[in-house]
Amino acid sequence: MARIIVITSGKGGVGKTTTSAALSMGLAQRGKRTVVIDFDVGLRNLDLIMGCERRVVYDFVNVINKEANLNQALIRDKRCDHLYVLPASQTRDKDALTKEGVERVLNELTQNHDFIICDSPAGIEHGATMAMYFADDAIVVTNPEVSSVRDSDRMLGILSSRSRRAENSEEPIREYLLLTRYDPYRVLSGEMLSVDDVQEILSLNLLGVIPESKAVLSASNAGVPVILDRESDAGRAYNDMVSRYLGEDVPHRFLNPEKKGFLSRLFRG
Amino acid sequence: MAVNPNPRNNDTDGPRSFELKAASFTLPIIRLIDNNIEAVAARLGAKVEKAPDFFRNTPVVIDLSSLPEGVGAGELPLLVGLLRGYGMIPFGVRGGGKEQNAAAEALELAVLRDSYVRRGKGASKAEEPPPESEVAVDEAPAPQARASKQAASPRRSNPGFMLITKPVRSGQRVYASGGDLSITAAVSSGAELMADGNIHVYGPLRGRALAGMSGNLEARIFCQDLQAELVSIAGHYRVSENIPVELRGVPVQIFLDQKILRIEKL
Ligand SMILES: Nc1ncnc2c1ncn2[C@@H]1O[C@H](COP(=O)(O)OP(=O)(O)OP(=O)(O)O)[C@@H](O)[C@H]1O
Ligand SMILES: [Mg+2]
Repeated sequence: MARIIVITSGKGGVGKTTTSAALSMGLAQRGKRTVVIDFDVGLRNLDLIMGCERRVVYDFVNVINKEANLNQALIRDKRCDHLYVLPASQTRDKDALTKEGVERVLNELTQNHDFIICDSPAGIEHGATMAMYFADDAIVVTNPEVSSVRDSDRMLGILSSRSRRAENSEEPIREYLLLTRYDPYRVLSGEMLSVDDVQEILSLNLLGVIPESKAVLSASNAGVPVILDRESDAGRAYNDMVSRYLGEDVPHRFLNPEKKGFLSRLFRG
Repeated sequence: MAVNPNPRNNDTDGPRSFELKAASFTLPIIRLIDNNIEAVAARLGAKVEKAPDFFRNTPVVIDLSSLPEGVGAGELPLLVGLLRGYGMIPFGVRGGGKEQNAAAEALELAVLRDSYVRRGKGASKAEEPPPESEVAVDEAPAPQARASKQAASPRRSNPGFMLITKPVRSGQRVYASGGDLSITAAVSSGAELMADGNIHVYGPLRGRALAGMSGNLEARIFCQDLQAELVSIAGHYRVSENIPVELRGVPVQIFLDQKILRIEKL
């Protein structure tokens, strides 16, 4: 039985796909049989960040519509044997994701995987509700700003009522907070909320704090999940996140501005 | 309730103690198209904002005929709380199935039977007010209504208390019908608490809290850390802007004193 993790957010563009790529790669590198599914039908994004966009033949919607079977649609990652990507369709609309279809695909995947990561579109529209419905765990990706925190709060409310676990009165979805694009300088100057501010508002289990980092953009341009960039602060922060998710007690890093000289502060990245 | 103006003349056999008459009223009807309370709240909120006086103290009937059998029974308390929150007086439902009617009766709403509203000539338009002759005062209750009353009793078996131990998030609404509401976690801004009795919040209260929803002037709100957007007792409310700074972030109680809302440090 696989554990199903949804990566979700209220506001768009906060780093869900970046996080889905990092988490799935991180779990797979630790030997977990992992598959990551792109629920953002119509926008196809995950395959670019995973660097497998030129190997897409069939997609999630094809499998749901039984136009292809899972083995035909799953793309095995070239860097890590335990990792598979199920890409989204660029051409269909969101309604192609039916609840029965999604359930059937998840049931099939759960047989021989340890983790299923669902990269959700933002907000509460159809694709997002499908991505969250079957989840066991939810990682709510939030940027340290008021609007994002507010939307995450609303998202948490919806998660607690619109899921299979809620409908069957089972143990509720485990909810985690991931703060991304954290910039200690802007926190210090009062432009951004601090970790403590966000924790105070959301009162949620903090899975990690990912710093704002130029490494994220260069990694996604290269089609390499940033977690593989061990030199970068974002890569290391994502590695910590994966360890924490698996139960290790890892202290949070990158919360405070590094004590650097004037020049390196000018060129910080 | 109208009181007999002449107390000596309340002999039950006396011919003049009261008169039983039928009358008809034109009432707004809220016909639910689906049971998504959030969507209803959003649309209703927009409507009420445009004409708040039109809705204040207006009795309304909730029409369930467009919902599938059984759907919406669970949402009914929320809807009633919502309508009351906007100053309306929801007093009955119509067009509901067994489960929905049971839920309505548990909330002490009248179940208006179709015979009141559909019988007669021009009654094909559902939105029309019931014609005068059809208010059947002495008609025996339909067997279905009796059965549903029994089904409703378990809902009442735990009156007067509701406990929430998880944070109440933005967009969520909690209504403790008929009693007190206690929350042992944070209440987010954008969340709404409602209770017919008192409200107790043992975490920061950042959303709205409305106690005494069905008009109880004695109801109170107690909270550890007042940061609310709005507080209200029996319809007497105060918005965040009018809450003095020295009362924010501290434990307080909120109550009515001669119908004036008072906030006091604890
Ligand atoms: N830690 C970070 N530092 C710098 N840039 C980041 C970081 N995380 C994400 N980004 C950038 O933010 C943008 C949005 O990221 P991403 O696509 O992961 O977000 P998303 O939540 O999946 O968006 P959508 O809601 O559109 O699906 C991208 O350009 C990405 O490079
Ligand atoms: Mg995305």
